[in-house]
Amino acid sequence: MATPSRRTFLNALGLSGVCALGDRILPPMMRLFAAEDPLLSGRPLVRYPEKTDLILLTSRPPQLETPMRYFDRAITPNEAFFVRYHVSPVPTRVDLDTWRLKVGGSVETPLELSMDDLKTKFERATVTAVAQCSGNSRGRFSPRVNGGQWADGAMGCAEWSGVRLRDVLNKAGVRKEAVEVLFNGLDKPAFPSVPDFMKSLDVSRILDDPNILIAFQMNGESLPMLNGFPARIVVPGWFADHWVKNMSEITLLDKPNDNFWTRAAYRIPDNTCGCVEPGTSPSRTVPINRLKVRSFIAMPANDARVPIGHAVQLKGIAFDGGSGISEVQISDDAGNRWRRVALGKDRGPFAFREWSADWTPPRAGDYRILVRAFNTLGESQSATPLWNPAGYQRNVIEQIEIHVV
Amino acid sequence: MKRVIVLSFLILVIPFAVFSVEKKIQLPPDHPFGKLTAGPGSELTEKKCGLCHSTDYIVRQPRGDFKRWQGVVTKMIKVYAAPIDEQEVRTIADYLASAYGTAAAETTKPK
Repeated sequence: MATPSRRTFLNALGLSGVCALGDRILPPMMRLFAAEDPLLSGRPLVRYPEKTDLILLTSRPPQLETPMRYFDRAITPNEAFFVRYHVSPVPTRVDLDTWRLKVGGSVETPLELSMDDLKTKFERATVTAVAQCSGNSRGRFSPRVNGGQWADGAMGCAEWSGVRLRDVLNKAGVRKEAVEVLFNGLDKPAFPSVPDFMKSLDVSRILDDPNILIAFQMNGESLPMLNGFPARIVVPGWFADHWVKNMSEITLLDKPNDNFWTRAAYRIPDNTCGCVEPGTSPSRTVPINRLKVRSFIAMPANDARVPIGHAVQLKGIAFDGGSGISEVQISDDAGNRWRRVALGKDRGPFAFREWSADWTPPRAGDYRILVRAFNTLGESQSATPLWNPAGYQRNVIEQIEIHVV
Repeated sequence: MKRVIVLSFLILVIPFAVFSVEKKIQLPPDHPFGKLTAGPGSELTEKKCGLCHSTDYIVRQPRGDFKRWQGVVTKMIKVYAAPIDEQEVRTIADYLASAYGTAAAETTKPK
């Protein structure tokens, strides 16, 4: 295949005029994501191993964001699934002949499981579930907060297959002193002084929940390396900080985990909204846990131009922390009146729920279409964004602009 | 003879090809998008911050004055044990406050 020129790429992205790039001098072959969204415009579009074109957040460790257009469907393709790592270097080579998942600590029988062991010695389990980074949409916080400046693409939904974590723990035999289960992956920090990325869950939380998996398949295929090959933890309904990738060790602890990533990071204000007055600090915090209700419009793209007199097909997804989406609504008058839209196939309470609607603009002009969802507990989304200093769990009512001409 | 070679190839190589259980990827180098603006202290900043992460982390952070950037660098030392001494903290925070300071135009605004 001939290598396309930079201009071909820019043309393909709708950036045919050099003026669209301002006066920045771009190295040859740098492709940029074209979007009206100031948070995304100008970010490089990159293609990593086993991945399609994704929006670069950071190179080292690799962090890649999924473009909004993939959220018009319930299942996010593996190649488009977002990538988030905490420390570098990340694993780039795994040999299943030598890879073992160690289960140790406060257990009767420590285990060293090969991939064959996982596949043959335990019952298979599958769950369709949303992985969403705690800091998804952090870049939209106002006042702004430090941290990865994600737009809305640090989320995805896949059908995860593997074995139940509790079955593996039961095989090892959990000692009664054990209180927490610590997960460690193959990613290692650049210096020994940097805290290794590890996360833990309560033993009882795991033994009570048949949906928590050690997954070695994603949408029917082995995991991409950057999404956790050969196996990752899947905690349906909870933010993805617990979904440790490229798993290598499970350790049963007699005392609560004191690792930086649990003690200091991934904590939210200890109140019902997980929020504080913008610009202030919470007095007490707890570990981030269940996903809040969110919904998005993926189609048409923000700032689309559509001809007058035709119905516009709107599509998107909604999700919550595992009670299930009961209703999605749209509004074209700033939220005065809301209209219920059609929901797609129900893939279980942890999955993206597709929605769609035909919207016929009454006249030419600029419109804002708002979307909000409700879950079966009656929880929804607010017009005012919540705020916390770490930039976690944003779930404001989303909107796009449509120009009818 | 040729047949023997072909046959031994099939016997020796094919099983590895079919039952290959190794996954290996190669990651690209740091993207030029994250290159720091040149200025006094930029080289030290590139060197020290770049020990653990690419500098594209820095260029998209909220703008900040000396105090805010000093806070960020101090966090890297306290939490991640970054090998940066006190004099270097000042140089780096000075550089960041001037290159990515509050006076410079915001490039990333909320939607």
